[in-house]
Amino acid sequence: MDEKYFGHSVPRKEGRDKVTGRAQYVDDLTFPDMLHGVTVRSSIARGRIRGIHFGEGIPWSDFTIVTAADIPGKNEIALIEHDQPCLAAELIHHPEEPIVLLAHPDRYLLEEARRAVQIDVEPLPAVFSIEDSLAKRPVIFGDDNIFKSYRVEKGDVDSAWAQADVIVEGEYRTGAQEQLYIENQGMIAKASPEDGVTVWGSLQCPYYVHKALVVLFGLSSEKIRVIQAETGGGFGGKEEYPSMIAAHAALLAWKSGKPVKIVYDRAEDMVATTKRHPSRTRHRTGVTREGKLVAMDIDFVIDGGAYATLSAVVLSRGTIHAAGPYVCPNVRIRSQAVATNAPPHGAFRGFGAPQSIFALERHLDQVARAVNLTPEEFRRRNFIRKRQTTATGQIVGEDVNLGALLDRAFRESDYDAKRERFARENPSATVKRGIGFSSFMHGAGFTGSGEVYLASVVEIEATKEGTVRVLAASTEIGQGTNTIFSQIAAEALGIGYDRIEIVRPDTGAVPNSGPTVASRTSMVVGKLVEEAALELKRKLLESGLLCDACTEDEFARACRRYIETRGPLRARSQYEPPPGLRWDDATYSGDAYGAYAWAVYVAEVAVDTVTFEARVTDFVAVQEVGKVIHPVLAAGQIEGGVAQAIGLALYENVAWREGRMANGQMTNYIMPTAMDVPPIRVFFEEQPYPFGPHGAKGIGELPMDGPAPAILNAIENATGVSVNEIPATPEVLMEAMTSKAGVLV
Amino acid sequence: MSDAAERVDITCTVNGEQRRVAAYPMARLLDVLREEMRLTGTKEGCGEGECGACAILLNGAIVNSCLVPAIEADGADIRTIEGIAKGEDLHAVQSAFLECGGAQCGICTPGMIIAAVSLLERHPHPTEEEVREGLSGNLCRCTGYQRIFAAVVRACELTSAKRVPAR
Repeated sequence: MDEKYFGHSVPRKEGRDKVTGRAQYVDDLTFPDMLHGVTVRSSIARGRIRGIHFGEGIPWSDFTIVTAADIPGKNEIALIEHDQPCLAAELIHHPEEPIVLLAHPDRYLLEEARRAVQIDVEPLPAVFSIEDSLAKRPVIFGDDNIFKSYRVEKGDVDSAWAQADVIVEGEYRTGAQEQLYIENQGMIAKASPEDGVTVWGSLQCPYYVHKALVVLFGLSSEKIRVIQAETGGGFGGKEEYPSMIAAHAALLAWKSGKPVKIVYDRAEDMVATTKRHPSRTRHRTGVTREGKLVAMDIDFVIDGGAYATLSAVVLSRGTIHAAGPYVCPNVRIRSQAVATNAPPHGAFRGFGAPQSIFALERHLDQVARAVNLTPEEFRRRNFIRKRQTTATGQIVGEDVNLGALLDRAFRESDYDAKRERFARENPSATVKRGIGFSSFMHGAGFTGSGEVYLASVVEIEATKEGTVRVLAASTEIGQGTNTIFSQIAAEALGIGYDRIEIVRPDTGAVPNSGPTVASRTSMVVGKLVEEAALELKRKLLESGLLCDACTEDEFARACRRYIETRGPLRARSQYEPPPGLRWDDATYSGDAYGAYAWAVYVAEVAVDTVTFEARVTDFVAVQEVGKVIHPVLAAGQIEGGVAQAIGLALYENVAWREGRMANGQMTNYIMPTAMDVPPIRVFFEEQPYPFGPHGAKGIGELPMDGPAPAILNAIENATGVSVNEIPATPEVLMEAMTSKAGVLV
Repeated sequence: MSDAAERVDITCTVNGEQRRVAAYPMARLLDVLREEMRLTGTKEGCGEGECGACAILLNGAIVNSCLVPAIEADGADIRTIEGIAKGEDLHAVQSAFLECGGAQCGICTPGMIIAAVSLLERHPHPTEEEVREGLSGNLCRCTGYQRIFAAVVRACELTSAKRVPAR
């Protein structure tokens, strides 16, 4: 290939600033006369506010104090539904509900003041579990506690049971998970009626924040400006919640007339911001004696927390991925997102898919056993192939070969030999070894007609010096947006990587290229960058100022002459769906995603039968992802996702006490450290996707889906015990592995 | 900090430069570095000594600056991330992080680089276990640590290469 940048691991665009400590995150920014802001929250899960009392000993007149009454526009955080207030005025729906905001120049005094505000609440009965919510004990939302439900129907499940020789049922649960980006959330706002509102912050989606502030202040959109500071990780956690913090900082700035910074400390970030939705999945699966799937009936429920926020969309993705990469003529998936009195659960890498895929991939190991097949042989007999249809009726257009991925994953992990060895050695071992796998897919981009609705735009602008600026709202949050966009633009224009400048996302300067979510940045927005760059080059060629094979100097000269004689040299591209994609929201059927990444992951574990600790000792991740644009970044995405998913599977346990996270500290909410991660060996298969830049598909969320079921399948292989809930902490494993008398079963 | 304490003068050497600040004795050294000295490369991740984002070298030893009272810095020699490169000349660990993809979002990176520099000062050729142990006080949520391990190994190679006399 003669590509200069595609497929090459060029240095990260903003890497030098990051390794020298020069990169400016929101807490590194400061403004003259700046105040600090804090949030006073409820401590009760559900109730009615009777009064707010400002305690003795605090010079309250020196403070800026904001309540719901100070909101100039609507008291809501606009997203999909407009049900979440910015500040609770009367009713409280979760224990971290914000009620009062305070600002003061002295952070220490501010903390004392926060503790001196007492919220007097009349408690109301609350709901803390999926079961109680479904049972309406009591009703806390609408008339049935259901935020959203979907139903996917393929074939005729009810009459298909008759064709099944064996029917296998199971129930699977996943817990909440904290995103735990290492940079806590934060915002700085300046605001006045004359100048409008400007915020700087740690965020994934500038235009989400923009939309929320427009509604909150009742200002025209050009009076609101949202600027992304360097962002220290997101993983979905900075998709929707930044709108809340921006709203709070902006209200304090509006009232005080001074810049206000709100940066959460770790405890507040962990307890108050969103987490992964807890889930419960029930499977009923009919198979023939030969191990062919004939019917899948799946009931998928997620806990949405106190407000609708993004739950409908998370539920959608979880629903669509619930039947996996298998072909089955009769599938029914019923799903519901229910209300509880916990803080709203939200976006987290994988977005519902890790939950439903955990259930499926655990369940299929049970189904395989019921028909006396190995897990791999059972899956091989049911893997979906080109021209077969998914649960939503999408005809697979990609030349998918999961069997080949499985072969490679087994070869790289030495799966067969290890299965044999562990079976031989385990009976006499205190530390039992096991190996397991999962096979799965993840759709890239917004679901169904989502990308058409977003209608994302990217612009490219050349300067007189011959550098080229990429204007998009897509944020760099560590995953490599700046680098990938620069590679794509440089390749399309035939100029150097260093000649590309990625303009900092700022709603006052960049068009809306959509949110930085859903594994869409490289595949969907990257394609727009490529198209805009090609359009810019076409303009130069058509002007006659540039010949096709030009040097960088010739390109720069052509840009200068173009701009001097004709004015600005800009190009723009807008999303157009690939031809033939169709989706029906009413029946939830059709082409759910333009492309899928496909994968087989193998996990090896060691389970200590004395301490009941499980460790992952080796990990192989094989995936087909279209063309890899940047090998180091791509592998880094997979490795990081696998590590997060190891946390989801084994360590990361949110301890709930009446809707409140009781372990909101890194001391007792345990994420994987350098001592806990195994070697993570990543292998890519590449089949170019015609509608991605240079054939690339999205990969950001994929690695979150497969590890947890692979690990739990490996634990079953090691111990013979079937554990169907995560995190599989030592407590959970001890419960499963010991009889009532406390001896190993 | 409340009125209960008076600010005191603290004199220390930071990245080779003599510095003097007035700070409350029990203020967090992290805040003194970030706010009084405007050395914002040192980050706060948890404020309780778990994540290592605020790691610095205090008299040559790695510490979490969120747990160190400012008064401890009096008379001390401090190195922060801002003092690791020599001007525009990156330290081998920094170059290796760039080359190997050791930094993603970058928020743990300053602390992680301090930990890696400290590790290599103690063990110029660490074993894999020593690398894991040496970085175990620094949490990274992006990378799964694999590329950070690779960067430490690469930094050893770069350092060894530098030591080979030119022929």
